[in-house]
Amino acid sequence: MSGAPLLAAFRQSLGEAWAGGAGALLPLGFLGGTAVLVPLGIGTDAATLKAVGPGILWVALALASLVTLERIFQADAEDGTLDLWLQAGAPVSALAAAKTLAHWLSAGLPLALFSPVLALMFQAEASPALLVNAGLYALGSLAFFFWGGVGAALSATVRRGGLLISLIALPLYVPTAVFGALAMSGGPGSTGAPLFLAASTLFACAVAPYAMSAALRLAAD
Amino acid sequence: MNSEAPSLLSGASLGMIRGERVLFRSVSLSVCPGEALLLRGANGAGKTTLLRILAGLTRAEAGDVRRASAHHWVGHREGLKPTETPRAHLKLWAQAWGAQTGIDPVLGRMGLTRPADVAGRDLSAGQRRRTALARLLLEHRPVWLLDEPYTALDADGRALVDALIAEHRAKGGAVIAALHGEAGFPGSTDLTL
Amino acid sequence: MWSYFANPHKFLRLSDWLAPAFYAVGTLCIAWGLWQGLWVVPKDEYQGGDIMRVMFIHVPAAWLAMASYSALAVASFIWFVWRHELADIAAKSIAPLGAVWTAICLATGSIWGKPTWGTWWQWNDARMMSVLFLFFLFLGYMALRASMDTRQKAARAGAILAMVGAINVPLIKFSVDMVESIHQGASVITADGPKMAAVYLTPLLISALGHSLFFGGLVMTSMRTEIRERRIARLRAASLEGG
Repeated sequence: MSGAPLLAAFRQSLGEAWAGGAGALLPLGFLGGTAVLVPLGIGTDAATLKAVGPGILWVALALASLVTLERIFQADAEDGTLDLWLQAGAPVSALAAAKTLAHWLSAGLPLALFSPVLALMFQAEASPALLVNAGLYALGSLAFFFWGGVGAALSATVRRGGLLISLIALPLYVPTAVFGALAMSGGPGSTGAPLFLAASTLFACAVAPYAMSAALRLAAD
Repeated sequence: MNSEAPSLLSGASLGMIRGERVLFRSVSLSVCPGEALLLRGANGAGKTTLLRILAGLTRAEAGDVRRASAHHWVGHREGLKPTETPRAHLKLWAQAWGAQTGIDPVLGRMGLTRPADVAGRDLSAGQRRRTALARLLLEHRPVWLLDEPYTALDADGRALVDALIAEHRAKGGAVIAALHGEAGFPGSTDLTL
Repeated sequence: MWSYFANPHKFLRLSDWLAPAFYAVGTLCIAWGLWQGLWVVPKDEYQGGDIMRVMFIHVPAAWLAMASYSALAVASFIWFVWRHELADIAAKSIAPLGAVWTAICLATGSIWGKPTWGTWWQWNDARMMSVLFLFFLFLGYMALRASMDTRQKAARAGAILAMVGAINVPLIKFSVDMVESIHQGASVITADGPKMAAVYLTPLLISALGHSLFFGGLVMTSMRTEIRERRIARLRAASLEGG
């Protein structure tokens, strides 16, 4: 097997993610909008915002992954591209991983990179720690995208699949959310948490592609 | 045609159930180089499903498929993204398959030179179908699986499909197509579901 | 052994008397456990006084929440590997019942938590959180099945999701355990377990057995219904084709 089909699938997904017209701006706008609603909802007390800020960003990131993933496989199933990819001669799990990675690059990574700006708005001190946190967000969002991808693949043929993806993916997001929040809490357990976060992300990247592959074969059946 | 020739693709006693409905049972078929097999039957008889089983997309409830060679698939849905142009589409699949064929001659042959850079959503149904059929020319594969290849094509396009299939068979290729009303190809066999 | 149970006719014959037996013995066990729990055993002030008697529903429900998800995962795995239709029927029947017992566990836990912990919901408590996510796994499973258009697709999609959920359960448990260990001592009391007095243990075990039997009986009844529904659908399809 050569890497050519994987590269092609990656490129197509990347193009598709950007072709919406807005590219990464759309998920960024979503993230910003979600985050901005919070101070309006819970009040603008600086100490409170500082405490909940990192967690709000995790939640917003999880939501953004769900929103962007809804169409990732559904569109392929509808326009017949899925049929072609399944016959492309590459392992379907690898293809699914390539597509998920492309979507993470165009929606997940920009959100993570943008997180320091939002953190500042949530009263965080400007410090290098914000960049470390951006790295943690990037790592965690990768797991969000892979587990979300399983939900997206399972509901590829379901109308209004977005609601279903959320319900399916929610329990799978728990470890990432827990380790991510712990890593940024600055309290006990925050030193080891990044390692657990990395481990759970690796686990997601290792397991989710096989589930996606089985789900995509089902979607084409 | 020639019973000595090795079968390129065959299915043995295939059966399929959708929900609780039996679509078809004990269907056996085989194509050898140069042959054309037409799947016939009313709407809902399972032509598309049988074709998908042969392509390996759908798992048959019973029976075996033996694929002795590579195949091309042109399904009911073209596989063209709304933002993808015919040129980009062919380039992508040429890349994915590692095919060396030039894109421009293929576009010319399929009558797609003019709309080559128009996005899929702005193409007519016939042009989208031609784009999908153009994939057949990117790389030689012995078996073509075609689901209603004439759909949305004008007289010109239908003649083009006939010519492509004739050439392919002359080169030792085989075609299995699901067809609804059309007459069929010279020397083809019918399989009615 | 599987092929024996995979035969729907044998299952129908077996469950014809086994399900009622499960109901009868299960009801007796539950009734005895409740009587012991509510009137006989002494109350434990450390566990909140009389409210601790909810334990005789809560603990069996917690056991069944875990057991039913495990059973769902095992049935899904069997279906995925061997394609025995009965395994799919079992999985489909287990899910809503498992969800009900999981909900019972959450509700009783919450009711028990209010007087003892001073809160209806303890976010740091690993057991509460694990059971909550188990509940969501059940809901997702049922929603996914319901949204598929044929029973074959529902079976496949459900099996994939149940297995993905099952391999994630240890990780979910580990992560919420970690939260609990960090916030230890804040308000959580971890007192039940091996050091429980025998006076509680026996009625508890009998209750758990009763709930399990009753649950098993319900699963069997539900499976019998499903088998017959599928048979009806098949006959109807056949008659349509014949006519």
